[in-house]
Amino acid sequence: MTIAAFDQTHEVRGRSLWVDARSRLLKNKAAIVGTAVLALIAAAAAMAPLLSIYGYSDVDYGNVSCAPDWWPDAGAVCRAGGTHWFGTDSLGRDLFVRVLFGARVSLAVGLVATLVSLLIGVAYGTIAGFAGGRLDGLMMRFVDLLYSLPYIFLVIILMVIFDRNFFLMFAAIGAVEWLTMARIVRGQTLSVKEKEFIEAARAAGVSGAGIMHRHIVPNVIGPVVVYITLTIPNVILAESFLSFLGLGIQEPLTSWGVLIAEGAGQMDSAPWALFFPSFVMGVTLFCFNFIGDGLRDALDPKDR
Amino acid sequence: MPAYAARRLLSAIPTLFAIVTLAFFMMRIAPGGPFDTQRRLPAEIEHNLQAAYDLDKPVYVQYFHYVERLCHFDFGPSFRTKDFTVSQLIASGLPVSLRLGLAALIISIVFGISLGIVAALRQNRPADYGVMSLAMIGITLPTFVTAPILTLIFGIYGIRLFGVDLTLPVGGWHDGALANMILPVTVLALPQIGIIARLVRGSMIEVLRSNFVRTARAKGLPGRLVIFRHALRAALLPLVSYLGPAVAGLLTGSLIVERIFGIPGIGRYFVEGAINRDYTLVLGVVICYAALIILLNLLADLLYALLDPRVSYAR
Repeated sequence: MTIAAFDQTHEVRGRSLWVDARSRLLKNKAAIVGTAVLALIAAAAAMAPLLSIYGYSDVDYGNVSCAPDWWPDAGAVCRAGGTHWFGTDSLGRDLFVRVLFGARVSLAVGLVATLVSLLIGVAYGTIAGFAGGRLDGLMMRFVDLLYSLPYIFLVIILMVIFDRNFFLMFAAIGAVEWLTMARIVRGQTLSVKEKEFIEAARAAGVSGAGIMHRHIVPNVIGPVVVYITLTIPNVILAESFLSFLGLGIQEPLTSWGVLIAEGAGQMDSAPWALFFPSFVMGVTLFCFNFIGDGLRDALDPKDR
Repeated sequence: MPAYAARRLLSAIPTLFAIVTLAFFMMRIAPGGPFDTQRRLPAEIEHNLQAAYDLDKPVYVQYFHYVERLCHFDFGPSFRTKDFTVSQLIASGLPVSLRLGLAALIISIVFGISLGIVAALRQNRPADYGVMSLAMIGITLPTFVTAPILTLIFGIYGIRLFGVDLTLPVGGWHDGALANMILPVTVLALPQIGIIARLVRGSMIEVLRSNFVRTARAKGLPGRLVIFRHALRAALLPLVSYLGPAVAGLLTGSLIVERIFGIPGIGRYFVEGAINRDYTLVLGVVICYAALIILLNLLADLLYALLDPRVSYAR
């Protein structure tokens, strides 16, 4: 058998970082279960209007603050009947539908604000790291400055400025969540830009912008992906935090923060109104954390 | 070291100044003013109000006035809480917030370190998994979920042990009575306990593998001494640099906790001030918080140098 024939029959497939990472990720049970549960919640949120006969602002006057039929506490004042699976709130609105609409808002905020923070953070970090020198120092000094304010204060001030505008809230949260992203990307850029292939690209005459987006950005993407999965729950938390304080989503639209605040207000008489939104939100946050941890272990296998 | 501390303190001044500037102008961009009411005030009264609070001048003049007063540690009058200056409000709220925050900080450090050590010494065994699951729960669940749920369990349903009623008060402060502190401090400390336990576990595992720990074991030191005298000291270093972020986390949490438990601290002033456009009050609280965080970061750096002989700030 000649060498050429051997090569043809035993073609060696290169295994990239991503193929390796995927096989490691698939072995991580917590991450897989997290992804599945999250997909379920997201699907239910997307199809929320189809899953129940009630709308998110429909008032059922006959069933105000009623427990679901299967709620264990025998002392509940009234039972909501078979179609209100999570019971009703103090205005007689169906909690199941409202929790799902809350999921819509929270997940949408999570994705959009994370995207905003990703764009700002990656651009800022790459430029600072690539430019180096005085510009880098100045840009990072600005990040340090914003860091010394607890970010939630900035968001609260921004929300006051934007007057509780739903879409601007996405931008406001994203605009303060980019700081860590910028730091991570800058650090990666600093270490990548000294590598030989960058020098080779420069010698070959590739422009600064070209090097940045063809060679540096693809090489810093691993830690960024990990950090994205950890930013999403942070953003969801920030939105719920604002809504809880009454600075976020306005009625009759809802989010988990609003629902939890309402539930907390009547927890002695209607604990289910606190329990369901808290539970669904907690599960969602756990899922994101499991996925993030799984991705980190998969992409950065030095801990094994 | 004193020279380093002095230099750091001096460099905090421009940082604070920049924060004041940023926050000042952000507040002023916000639509609506502190004296907007449902009914329009007569022009004369409105004019007098504006003049009394300096609001009739251009924004940059207001800014310079404000900064000038700040240099004398005068935060100005509160716009909405009549007859109170911001300094008075902060002086009444800060001790409460500090007491709450300090108690939570101490609790989270003590519990975080102990749990972290236990997990590290029992790595990959049930105790480790138990502690890490608890830490995950603490980190994941936000204060505004844990606060109402713990209140429901311990404050409303109540707990009876051996005939003793252990039901905790669900709110109020009563000058920081122990019973009133337990729930808010627990809620505030939970996420920090989780983060610190993870941090200590990670660094402890690393330190336990290092050569000097092996040497200490080899020369026959009992296990407890090895852990507490040699390993722990090195393992706690990352914790020191986490002090600053921990305080920031506690401050953020205290916004919610003070509101839920009706505690008269400065976190409540901040939220109410932002909603009511009480410019001076919000600025005062932000400056207070930022100064606290900067100070704690400085303390952490100095402590780091004390604990780690490899770090030297002398130059």
